[in-house]
Amino acid sequence: MRTDLILLIPEITLLVMACLVLVVDAFSKDPLHKVTYWMAQLSLLLTFITVIYYSPDYSYIAFNGSFVSDMMSVLLKAFICAITIVVFFYSYEYLKENELLKGEYFILGLFAVLGMMVMSSAYHLLSIYLGLELLSLSLYAMVAMQRESTFATEAAIKYFVLGALASGMLLYGISMIYGVTGSLQFTDIVDTINSGTIDKVYLVYGMIFLIVGMAFKLGAAPFHMWVPDVYQGAPTSVTLFISSAPKLAAFAMAVRILSDGLSPLIEDWQSILSVLAILSMAVGNIIAIAQTNIKRMLAYSTIAHVGYLFLGLIAGTASGFAGSMFYIISYAFMSMGTFGMIILLGRYDLEADSLDDFKGLFLRNRWFAFIMLCLMFSMAGVPPFLGFWSKWFVLKELIASGFIELAAISVFFSIIGVYYYLRIVKLMYFDEPETMSAIKATQQMRVVLTINGILILLIGLAPNSLMHICLSAFSG
Amino acid sequence: MNLDNLPILSILIWLPILGGVWSLIIGDQEERVVKRFSFLISFVTFLLSVLLYYQFDNSFSGMQFIEELYWIESFSIKYHLGVDGIALPLIMLTTFTTILVVMAAWEVIDKNISYYMCAFLILTGLMNGVFVALDSILFYVFWESMLIPMFLIIGIWGGPNRVYATIKFFLYTFFGSVFMLVALLYLYSITDSFNIQVLQEASIGLTAQKLIFIAFFLAFAVKIPMWPVHTWLPDAHVEAPTGGSVVLAAIMLKMGGYGFLRFSLPIAPDASLFFADAMIALSLIAIVYIGFVALVQEDMKKLIAYSSISHMGFVTLGFFIPFGIFAATNSNAGAVMGMEGAMMQMISHGFISAAMFLCVGVMYDRLHSRMIKDYGGVVNSMPYFAAFMMLFAMANSGLPGTSGFVGEFLVILSSFKLSFWIAFTAALTLILGAAYTLWMYKRVVFGEAIREEVLELKDIDARETFILFLLASVVLLFGIWPAPLFDVMHVSIEQLIQHISQTKIL
Repeated sequence: MRTDLILLIPEITLLVMACLVLVVDAFSKDPLHKVTYWMAQLSLLLTFITVIYYSPDYSYIAFNGSFVSDMMSVLLKAFICAITIVVFFYSYEYLKENELLKGEYFILGLFAVLGMMVMSSAYHLLSIYLGLELLSLSLYAMVAMQRESTFATEAAIKYFVLGALASGMLLYGISMIYGVTGSLQFTDIVDTINSGTIDKVYLVYGMIFLIVGMAFKLGAAPFHMWVPDVYQGAPTSVTLFISSAPKLAAFAMAVRILSDGLSPLIEDWQSILSVLAILSMAVGNIIAIAQTNIKRMLAYSTIAHVGYLFLGLIAGTASGFAGSMFYIISYAFMSMGTFGMIILLGRYDLEADSLDDFKGLFLRNRWFAFIMLCLMFSMAGVPPFLGFWSKWFVLKELIASGFIELAAISVFFSIIGVYYYLRIVKLMYFDEPETMSAIKATQQMRVVLTINGILILLIGLAPNSLMHICLSAFSG
Repeated sequence: MNLDNLPILSILIWLPILGGVWSLIIGDQEERVVKRFSFLISFVTFLLSVLLYYQFDNSFSGMQFIEELYWIESFSIKYHLGVDGIALPLIMLTTFTTILVVMAAWEVIDKNISYYMCAFLILTGLMNGVFVALDSILFYVFWESMLIPMFLIIGIWGGPNRVYATIKFFLYTFFGSVFMLVALLYLYSITDSFNIQVLQEASIGLTAQKLIFIAFFLAFAVKIPMWPVHTWLPDAHVEAPTGGSVVLAAIMLKMGGYGFLRFSLPIAPDASLFFADAMIALSLIAIVYIGFVALVQEDMKKLIAYSSISHMGFVTLGFFIPFGIFAATNSNAGAVMGMEGAMMQMISHGFISAAMFLCVGVMYDRLHSRMIKDYGGVVNSMPYFAAFMMLFAMANSGLPGTSGFVGEFLVILSSFKLSFWIAFTAALTLILGAAYTLWMYKRVVFGEAIREEVLELKDIDARETFILFLLASVVLLFGIWPAPLFDVMHVSIEQLIQHISQTKIL
């Protein structure tokens, strides 16, 4: 029991800190919520440090098999904390500028991170559900935070209703699995399936509901309807948050369920995921072309990226999962940078969320036009940027597992995808600006965004370490 | 200083790239400094490639100046460079062309000069990288990232319809390349290596070879470009600034040809044999049909663009004639000649098309029109220019004594080994080429001046004379004495012919 608790130290740290921040914020009178902000950042930093410090040498399963601490969970938690620190930074700038600043944003964010960490370490269908609900409920509230905006309210309701539906699906699938195998714990489920005494039909039935629930949460087509509305309607800082760290947690959930819990059914879920992947790539890439709002366009681009993320899972090998992990981490980096750019270009009362706001950026500010160029080519998967290697990695593993037709289909859709990323580069570099007003942003904002963009290029030039980290998550 | 240990290939890649970045740091305010600095970088790069030429061992068919470092250790992807007789002439062509491009921009580009120079210098480094990469993933990274500066060059400094042209260019070439990536990853899954030389030795079944060939074909045929995937080229050429057209025609098209020699033929020789007839047919269509299309163009740049496609038809013809010869005669006789002719055609087309585009550029800078009908009587006001253009027009139509003749002649000669009719059809280009080039020349340079302005044009200044003089001398040099080029590539080509004449099916 004592060792069990040690494994849980990062989560406990975060929970304690989050409660502390909650109390402090309740008594704080500062309209800028400086204390809340810095304490939230400190909590994330502390959690990051404890995650690294208490990283286990090999995989430990604790609390009667409901919690696992292994390389994958440690790495994902570390990345979740690191990414959220940057997200909070961008968000603080945005919320301050738009007078939306509330301490709850950071507190809800911390609880969401706690949910993500539980999801990364869950080894039991109920602990997965627990983490997922903690995450989702925090996100619903965050989307609804801009109370006066009808868009945000609509988005929140849509998100909540569809999210609840997805949770219902997930629970139904869980109950089916429980009914067939008599357990919710992954090793027990695998052992029961392998014993060969159970009816596979009910098992696959349950699995389909699990996958549908997962696809809802990840925003894969045809369960993607909520994504564009939520991305567009929510305040940019919330969209930024939704599109980055939670994706890592959703990836963790998918890997845990599919590879740890349902590994004997690999052929069944491979074929289901293939369909979802192709649909997501098609829907995401094709519909994105018609968008004029950049947040909405990025929503469809996310749907397409989820399709590519599935490719690594479909490969079904350890390095395939590593490929998907590389994909989702690089996607989170790129997504942060892009939303950071939208925040940078926005001014009070004027969100820079129309594509036209990027017109002539090259003439207005060359440096940030270049950063956006890096981000867009990276998203499109053009070398030497990070995004190329993520596509390369999942494609490589997919082909190594023999899914060559699927690989060919996915590169075909990536050609379609290139078009709408190129269009932004075209707007920035080839068109005349509508306004020549200089970009107003704080020094810190400029520095962080610059680092964000340059990292996309630098990791693209030397992707070995990140690849190595992702591979090590699944080598044990 | 010990030159033997100099990582000369790395310098050829990174000097221009870093130079490009530095020219951005200098900035647009210091216009003169940027120009001089860029010229210096391109000149030093060229000198280095000359040094490479002098240290190159003509009698050795393998890779030379090898540099090998781990790049992505997790998958044993290496930073692996080397040159052989096929890559060396193309590198020299690249570095030489860069000097011309930098000089051609001297007084013409008036906005964002530092970005212009930066884009071209980075482009040069990346193109050198394509020619020296021996790791397929490294090759792919250079191959694809090259699209970014070219996309910006056409889009920022191009003509009125530049956005359409540059997006079309990007999407077309990207379309071809991604399937090459799938092929490379498939090859990795069976050979466990990204090393191009290992891939060339791998034995692969015929069905797999065919699919690999098709994937590579999409990438390289779009780039060369072969009929019917050529339609991006006229648009890109017409809208690109003069420098962009020169680089496109002189080097980018050659990358497609280089890709065939480095990947398609040696990795999938049996599939190449299988598809040889179809490829020869496509090449002949390009030579003849596109020749006719060139005849009716009213835009000078478009005309030269179509003539490029037609000339590149000779290159692909020369690549696939050897397979026809193996199949028909069971021997290698004449195969080397066809392949060397194709190589020669690539190099010579690099010089001639660059020269033709620069000539159009010279006129465009003065009158801001590329339409043939706007000119006429240019010779009255620009006699020196007319003389230079005469030489290049003759070279473009393949006049003996110019470099344009050598390649075409060898390919036609080699075709005779296979079939009279193939040779006959290919030889039609000698008539067609002369027809469209000289007819354009006649309408533009001779006759009555239709517009008053033509009579007041200033003849070429010292800078333009120097650029055209450089090109004229190489065109004549290789026309009269092509031996230095053949010496460099002969052993490598022989070895390649040897390699592709053997089946890879176990």
